[in-house]
Amino acid sequence: MNKNLCSLALSIIFTATPFSALHAEEATTLRIGTEGAYPPFNYFTSDGELAGFDIEIGKALCDKIKAKCSFVAQDWDGIIPALLAGKYDVIIASMFITDKRKQKVDFTQPYQKSAMTFVTEKSSKITDFSPKALAGKSIGAQGSTTQGEFLSAAYPDSDIRLYPTQDAVNLDLISGRIDAQVGDMIPMLDWTQKSEDGSCCKIVGTPITDPKYVGDGVGIALRQEDDALRQKLNEALDEIVADGTYKAINDKFFSVNILTLK
Amino acid sequence: MFEVLIDYWPKLLDGMSMTLKLTFISVVIAGLLSLPLAILRRSKNKAFQWPIRLFVSFFRGTPLLAQLFLIYYGSGQFREELTDLGVWWFFRDPFYCALFTFALNSTAYQLEILRGGLQAVPYGEIEAGVALGMKRTLLYRTIILPHTYRIALPALGNEIILMLKGSAIASVITLMDVMGHTRRVFSQTFDISVYFWAAIIYLMITTLFVFAWRLLEKRLTRHMYYPVNNKHLPAPKALNPPKETCHVN
Repeated sequence: MNKNLCSLALSIIFTATPFSALHAEEATTLRIGTEGAYPPFNYFTSDGELAGFDIEIGKALCDKIKAKCSFVAQDWDGIIPALLAGKYDVIIASMFITDKRKQKVDFTQPYQKSAMTFVTEKSSKITDFSPKALAGKSIGAQGSTTQGEFLSAAYPDSDIRLYPTQDAVNLDLISGRIDAQVGDMIPMLDWTQKSEDGSCCKIVGTPITDPKYVGDGVGIALRQEDDALRQKLNEALDEIVADGTYKAINDKFFSVNILTLK
Repeated sequence: MFEVLIDYWPKLLDGMSMTLKLTFISVVIAGLLSLPLAILRRSKNKAFQWPIRLFVSFFRGTPLLAQLFLIYYGSGQFREELTDLGVWWFFRDPFYCALFTFALNSTAYQLEILRGGLQAVPYGEIEAGVALGMKRTLLYRTIILPHTYRIALPALGNEIILMLKGSAIASVITLMDVMGHTRRVFSQTFDISVYFWAAIIYLMITTLFVFAWRLLEKRLTRHMYYPVNNKHLPAPKALNPPKETCHVN
């Protein structure tokens, strides 16, 4: 009995070895970290699949660099630390390229233009969005984001509420717990114009485009030592823009070109 | 490691005051509510007993995080109804929502602890009180409640510590407690050691609390310590009865 078990174990070891060796030689896998809570860029469909603009861009890039794609969903708060810890190789999650983030990670060239905007309920009477006019008002934003940093820095006299997800901010804007929120321009356009619950609310004020806060656009983040991969992804980005893949994906989700915001 | 503490200690301190405020107020409210409810829970009247049983099993049987979400985002769905009832101002504020949830949750736990305490009061002492013609209130004040709290005290201390640590989830509804500020600082610096300092803060609070609670326990059980070094009392000999009385047969 014991002998049988032993030989069984041995045969498993011996047959398994060549297989795993084979795997290592296969095409490289690009592990992509994303949030999965930021429609229409990255979200879970009702059957639990990741989908959205970021996901399709990721797949198109994998095609170009001839790698296999695997996606990992990670909470926003920990998305950079998990990249640094090697849980995945790149972040494609509509992340703004900011100086602070650049101290920890590198970015590819931008694949979206960035802007932020105020959103209020349709019935809201606020028209002036200067820090002075919004003193004492409650403004929401997702935490650990450029919006959150922008509010904390520029609106010190307002009651700033930072939420774990964008969905939570939206919910509280609908329920009237906050007077306004600051979000990324494109998802906010999408939310207010296309979704049912977003019909409560409208884009207001002038878009916030100060590079101090919104950075140089939206890029793909990677570890600072992965220069070769960054080169490859930059080239792949150029290619998908040139051959129309980018536009096809863009038009599936948005009515404006989000690379130029025109 | 230390830079993050030097740069951000006012934030962490700020978070600490929020954590203490949340925990303290909810635990006190729960402490006030739990005693009458525990007494009602022991009553033979099913109309009192069952609603309290339901309340306890709901709050003990579901995660605190789920309760907080349910009360905070759930109440947001009923804004108009709550406005009509005139209580929306209460549910609009994340602080009140957290307080409400934590107080109810802690009430459920403290209620069960006190129920255990009430049940463990030696029946002979109650009987003696009744035999002396004590009224119900006097009976409770002088016999039942001192016993109950003495028995329940260690478990109550435990519950308060659990509540303190449980309050760390308040940051998901935008309250900037220790955890909220810690997460924020971490997202600005990506310095993981800020979590270490947060842990130190929680540890500090619980340690101080444990000491204070131990003093309280000592005070309430002081009659149970035999003063070994007190010269004015008869020597411990009295505790050892003479041998011959032990003879049976």
